[in-house]
Amino acid sequence: MNKDKLIISRRKIVTGLASTGGLLLAGCSSPDLPPTYGNVLRMGDLLTYRAFRMLLPRQSLVREYDHQDISASPAIGTSNPADPQGNLFNAERGARYDRLRAGGFADWRIKVEGRVARPGSYSLADLKALPSRTQITKHTCEEGWSAIAQWTGVPLRAVLEASGMLPSARFVNFYAYDETAEGLDMLDALHPQTILAYGMNGRDLPLAHGAPLRLRIETQLGYKSVKFLDRIVVKDEFDDLGKIGSLQNGWAWYVGI
Amino acid sequence: MATTIVDLQPRYSVARHAGWVRISHWILAASVVTLAFSGFMILMAHPRLYWGKVGNDLTPALFELPITRNYMHGGWTTPIAFFPNNSAVVSAARTYDIFNENSWARSLHFLSAWFLVVTSLIYLVVGLATGHLWRDLVPRLREVSPRTLWRDVMSHLRLPMPVARGGPPYGSLQKLAYAGVILIALPLMVLTGLTMSPAVTAAYPLLMDLFGGSQSARTIHFFAFALLMLFLLVHVVMVALTGFRHQIRTMTIGN
Repeated sequence: MNKDKLIISRRKIVTGLASTGGLLLAGCSSPDLPPTYGNVLRMGDLLTYRAFRMLLPRQSLVREYDHQDISASPAIGTSNPADPQGNLFNAERGARYDRLRAGGFADWRIKVEGRVARPGSYSLADLKALPSRTQITKHTCEEGWSAIAQWTGVPLRAVLEASGMLPSARFVNFYAYDETAEGLDMLDALHPQTILAYGMNGRDLPLAHGAPLRLRIETQLGYKSVKFLDRIVVKDEFDDLGKIGSLQNGWAWYVGI
Repeated sequence: MATTIVDLQPRYSVARHAGWVRISHWILAASVVTLAFSGFMILMAHPRLYWGKVGNDLTPALFELPITRNYMHGGWTTPIAFFPNNSAVVSAARTYDIFNENSWARSLHFLSAWFLVVTSLIYLVVGLATGHLWRDLVPRLREVSPRTLWRDVMSHLRLPMPVARGGPPYGSLQKLAYAGVILIALPLMVLTGLTMSPAVTAAYPLLMDLFGGSQSARTIHFFAFALLMLFLLVHVVMVALTGFRHQIRTMTIGN
């Protein structure tokens, strides 16, 4: 009797382990998780994402620095979306960006779409009318370097709330004026230090750093902080963002490390 | 009839290394080699090392390694200062297409790091529980006296080296090397690695204070890597000099 129980529980354990492993390895069926495409590197990324979410306290604040800690800041990747020589140039959006920049971004508006009760768009003045947050934080690039800068912007949470984000929403995706898109889960999207920044080191966001508006996601590496924002899309399920997303280009989607 | 010592030995042979030691040895070996390879790929994307909280191409480096075309590439627009009173706080845009294979190298690095961390944790728990760590690896005070160490160093310099039986008991230098790698170098690698993570340091900012900043942690990570590679080299050479076939046998099939 006892032995039977033992066998059953052991079988349960084995089945449990196998299904957990299966979920982790196959991973693709869940709409709440980044897909692995059967690629062992993406499985490792998924393990890191799940382990970080499971083991780390939720929404810890990153360290904020003093004004004297502000360092030089390299600008890499696209430095002007209107430049046809750029690696990630998009003709239609590049031309639109050029016109908006010529007008001092007076006609620039960011669109907020998807799973929100009030889809719409916000001008820079609209965003500046919402609560603002200024933070001196460290930008860590996947290449190995880092930089400390002061960022001023509106908490992403304030914009999502103003747009009436639906309770079923799970991911927030960001599309840029170049061929770039990134996504965040709700934990990072609603993090108090996740802001849409329009200011850097006390002035308007410089062109090469993503003017007029960029994302700052402080708990992940630099490439998640999309520059030159055009559009924010709220989703219920994971979206790998196709050819312009990091995943299909071979890069990890979650880069808390 | 005189009983010889040989007769007293059991008919079956005793494993020179316990099974769990052999399995963890090879998982760790594979992880370390993969970590070193992928880590070097990552280093190639930015072969500059710094000391302190931050560092980038527009700030002074502690030193720069002459690897890849990224070495001192100088491909930046003219730096523009953010503040009138501080000419060091500049911004410049990159004009140079750098070598960067981090897409797969980073993911491979962390995948192999998981194997290293999980195997190390199991190894440490079993090592403590069975007494292997304390009995066979942690050097006693008398074993690290200058006299004993000197004698051990000299005996390692005499060629040809005697064929080793494989497995414990270990000499002073062996204990220092193994305990140093398992109890100091590998934990240091994991901790300095985690100190480069924005998510981990958000939760545990103490790590940045412990190593003097994330860039210092990256530099320590690099030097610890160099020491581990030195260990790996000496380890493999010693295995080769003390009966390669026998040593590999004892670490695989056990005897």
